Amino acid sequence: MTDTAWTRLDGLARGLSPFALTLAFLMLVAVPLRIPDLSPILPAVGLIAVYYWIVHRPDLMPAWAVFLIGLIEDLLGGGPLGVGPFVLLVLYAAVASQRRVFVGGGFFLLWLIFVPLAAGAFVLSWVFSSLILDQFIAVRPVFFQYLTTVAFYPCLTWVFIQAQRAFLR
Amino acid sequence: MKKATGPVSHLTTPIRAWAHRFAFLILIVAAFALMLLGKADTVLVERARTAVTDAVAPILEIASRPVATVRDVLDQIRELTDLRAENAALRRENQRLRQWQAVAQRLEAENLALRELAQMVPDAGLRFITGRVIGDTGGAFARSVLVNAGARDGVAKNQAAITSEGLAGRVTEVGLRSARVLLITDINSRIPVLVGESRERAILGGDNTGQPKLLYLMPNSEIRPGDRVITSGHGGVFPPDLPVGIVTQASETAMRVQPYIDWAHMEFLRLADYDLPRQLSPSGEVAPAGPPMGALR
Repeated sequence: MTDTAWTRLDGLARGLSPFALTLAFLMLVAVPLRIPDLSPILPAVGLIAVYYWIVHRPDLMPAWAVFLIGLIEDLLGGGPLGVGPFVLLVLYAAVASQRRVFVGGGFFLLWLIFVPLAAGAFVLSWVFSSLILDQFIAVRPVFFQYLTTVAFYPCLTWVFIQAQRAFLR
Repeated sequence: MKKATGPVSHLTTPIRAWAHRFAFLILIVAAFALMLLGKADTVLVERARTAVTDAVAPILEIASRPVATVRDVLDQIRELTDLRAENAALRRENQRLRQWQAVAQRLEAENLALRELAQMVPDAGLRFITGRVIGDTGGAFARSVLVNAGARDGVAKNQAAITSEGLAGRVTEVGLRSARVLLITDINSRIPVLVGESRERAILGGDNTGQPKLLYLMPNSEIRPGDRVITSGHGGVFPPDLPVGIVTQASETAMRVQPYIDWAHMEFLRLADYDLPRQLSPSGEVAPAGPPMGALR
């Protein structure tokens, strides 16, 4: 193979790394940890990952990738189908429309913005899941999952920052 | 490598912006289409789900083993610290259980004799497939786990998933090498049960909380906290008499059941192949005999 082909292949692999990393995390949280009462409130890593990448590298997290992540999350989790892609796409649109706010925003500012954005995403998930299931879903676990998601944000973000430094220049 | 450019500069040409918006709109429509498709519960959706779980099953299986090992080591260390107290407790329990064993043996003999007298049709044979819990997908909207046994191991839809403590759930999706077990706490779970000594019929319905509800009870049923809940076998899907849980709350507004199962230690699940149709086959062929029902408890 020529040198340019290798470079292109290398570029492609690097370009796919945000997507692949997100999928890896989706699988990682599915490993049973056997800690009492943890599984219902495991953080929604898809939400954090998509938020991070559409803020920092929107070119590497296009809408179709966001859609796929939501779909795989739904298929893997066994929840109501379609809600995951929809909520993540709404998040995508929200960030894209207010891009000026995010550009140059520091870690704490982005975390601060994530708090209401994640709340909106969980409310939206709750409303649509309840509509699909034709009954009100218990609010408590949803609220606690929201809290763990916000709390887990720095850990995951740290990993993504390292990955961005390592693979994406 | 591509340069990092914001979509603002990306969308400079109007055609490109229009194409982006159009693609986004299509994806949103696709998400809604998926919601409708999922609600219709077609074979297609199930196939997609099993394809994904089958694909990740080998990865999850490898990942779940070290976690289980670490967990076991931690458990052993904790057990070592209160070995003496546990020993004493176990001795007391053993004494009590011996008495129960005597009672059970007497009752079993009596039961057998009475069954013979009444010429009762024997219960369908039970066969067990044991699977390791490899995925606990969590989340606040659904309660299910993945096991590493699938169609090639004889797993089929609607088999009851149990542990030594009691009923855990029901198999809802079967892939080639993995299956999804819908836990009894899931909002979609509905299981016919019998409650208490009066054996009141009810449906155990999950609502994503830790304690599922009893639904469709008779208006003047006498149910008290502490009553045992077992599967009824109505509908022929589940084997009867599997222990489910204990009634913890019995008020006008809600009847709730605390499952026997210890979710945190659910490492393996036994899937009960309750072979009712083969039992009733005209050839009179009886399903392969499993361990006696008493072995479940």
